[in-house]
Amino acid sequence: MIALEVESCGPGTSVQDAGRIGFRRFGVSAAGAMDQRALAVSNAVVGNPLTGAAIEFTLLGGSFVVTGGRLSLALSGPGCVLSIAGRPVPADVAAAAEAGDRVTVGPVRQGVYAYLAVGGGFALDPEMGSCSVHRRSGIGGRMLAAGDRLACAGRTGASSSAGAPVIPAESTGLIRVIPGPQDDYFAPQAMVSLLSEAFVVQLDSDRMGCRLRGPALDHIRGYNIVSDGVVPGSIQVPGDRQPIVLMRDCQTTGGYPKIATVISADLDRMAQAQPGTALRFAAVTRDEAVAAARQRALGLARMARAAGEQARLPTTEALLAVNLISGMVNACAPDGPSGDGG
Amino acid sequence: MTVSQGPEPPAAGAPDPAARPGPAEPRLLACGDSAISVDFGDHIDPGLNARVVALDAALCDLALPGVLETVPTYRSLLVHVDATMVDFPALCDTLRRLARRTHAQTMSRRRWRVPVVYGGAFGVDLAALATDRGMRPADFVQAHVQSLYTVYMIGFMPGFAYLGGLDPRLATPRRREPRSSVPDRSISIGGAQSAIGSLAAPSGWQLIGRTPVRACMPGRSPVFLFEPGDEVVFEPLSEDAWPALDAAASAGEIVATLEEP
Repeated sequence: MIALEVESCGPGTSVQDAGRIGFRRFGVSAAGAMDQRALAVSNAVVGNPLTGAAIEFTLLGGSFVVTGGRLSLALSGPGCVLSIAGRPVPADVAAAAEAGDRVTVGPVRQGVYAYLAVGGGFALDPEMGSCSVHRRSGIGGRMLAAGDRLACAGRTGASSSAGAPVIPAESTGLIRVIPGPQDDYFAPQAMVSLLSEAFVVQLDSDRMGCRLRGPALDHIRGYNIVSDGVVPGSIQVPGDRQPIVLMRDCQTTGGYPKIATVISADLDRMAQAQPGTALRFAAVTRDEAVAAARQRALGLARMARAAGEQARLPTTEALLAVNLISGMVNACAPDGPSGDGG
Repeated sequence: MTVSQGPEPPAAGAPDPAARPGPAEPRLLACGDSAISVDFGDHIDPGLNARVVALDAALCDLALPGVLETVPTYRSLLVHVDATMVDFPALCDTLRRLARRTHAQTMSRRRWRVPVVYGGAFGVDLAALATDRGMRPADFVQAHVQSLYTVYMIGFMPGFAYLGGLDPRLATPRRREPRSSVPDRSISIGGAQSAIGSLAAPSGWQLIGRTPVRACMPGRSPVFLFEPGDEVVFEPLSEDAWPALDAAASAGEIVATLEEP
């Protein structure tokens, strides 16, 4: 049995997939990878389905040992570094590790979250349809710690030395929101402030919510509403008048008014904003949000297809053509031979 | 609860039954591009909640493409969607049509008796809440125990039961700044609502007691104890009785008792 053993890791290390759908009516959070795009990239380059379970790192990395056989690995996340047996591997690149090799994940230097995927995926029993760990409820398991051993399904094939997907362009800058559902609970100036001022990500942000500090957002009808449903992206404003953007581990319902909602296409970027980052918001229509969501899904599908095509390329020449580094392929290359993936 | 749907849409030229005066149309509110909130009102009301539960059942029956899951709440139904798959205008039309044609009939009820240790370390806000009202803590507890509550929704955390039926004298706003963690199984008050907590979580609600009952316990059958529509009465438990009952609950026993309404 091939496995990945945890030698050490940061306290925010857990298994995450695309999330748990269908149990929010019982108060069960969807959970799932904070940066779903990075999860998809790590999976694509090792030939897995985009939504497969990977190890999520929060700011700090970790150290692992491969046991029982050969494993294909890839790490994705902003400014993160993988090394296998002391050999550095660029982000978004699949590389092979042999039994006994130490796999080291460095800190996430330009964001918050990074993902380590293994070819064939982890051999885990889903709970309520998902392997995602929800820390506060314990549903899906618990956070990873030294001594843990993650069994791997252990398929090593063509994907182990290939990759080179086209990464969809990630826009930077404004976080897009749709006003509401309770924008009528706020003074007009509150919406003006939300859409024109900077809000700084606070240190006590986590998988449940991203706490922001900026100009006070004044309520006009109090800060208690009869609780209703919330989504990742809901911007709730409690009595201290400072916004909290609910994230993947958020509760299913809440009783604070929600002035606006971050669109689905921008949630990954929101998650990667480090404490101290100044964020700015812009309002868009639902049509614009849907267009952004579809563009993002299309980009991920193209990337997966490109990664699949790379995995089928048999020759060394072909691998060299996409910037081979001792058996590794740079997934960030803007134009691999497969172009936009056809 | 059972749900009945109205007649099929009338033939062209026939009067539209939906045009008859009836309950107010719900508002459809965008929650980004990932959900629509079908909002029947802004207050706690058994009639509103029944409409929510009826719409939920009708929508689940349709199994529309792009609709991922639904969350019934006190007074609104949150419809989670996949923005890349769903046709928003068509979905909104469907939701409006279902809300007009669907109505609640009877609600099957069960009544839970839930033991609670009130005040002290078990409910750290109780003494202050009583003082604010010029009540003795015992009278505050009595007022909380006397009410018959209804589970209107499960949310916030796994198994967390939101209750209607709080004595209006006990209504208390949430704290201005939420606590970063409150004990699991807290009995609390937030605005006009009361609740049976499940797991430790951040919360701005006022803590008045704690129950040994596990509203959510993976591995136990059922995992989730309470359902919307259930009735709840609270029973004061002495601090001395806590350890034994808590141990039993921790071993998987359902220490709340079911009784006929």
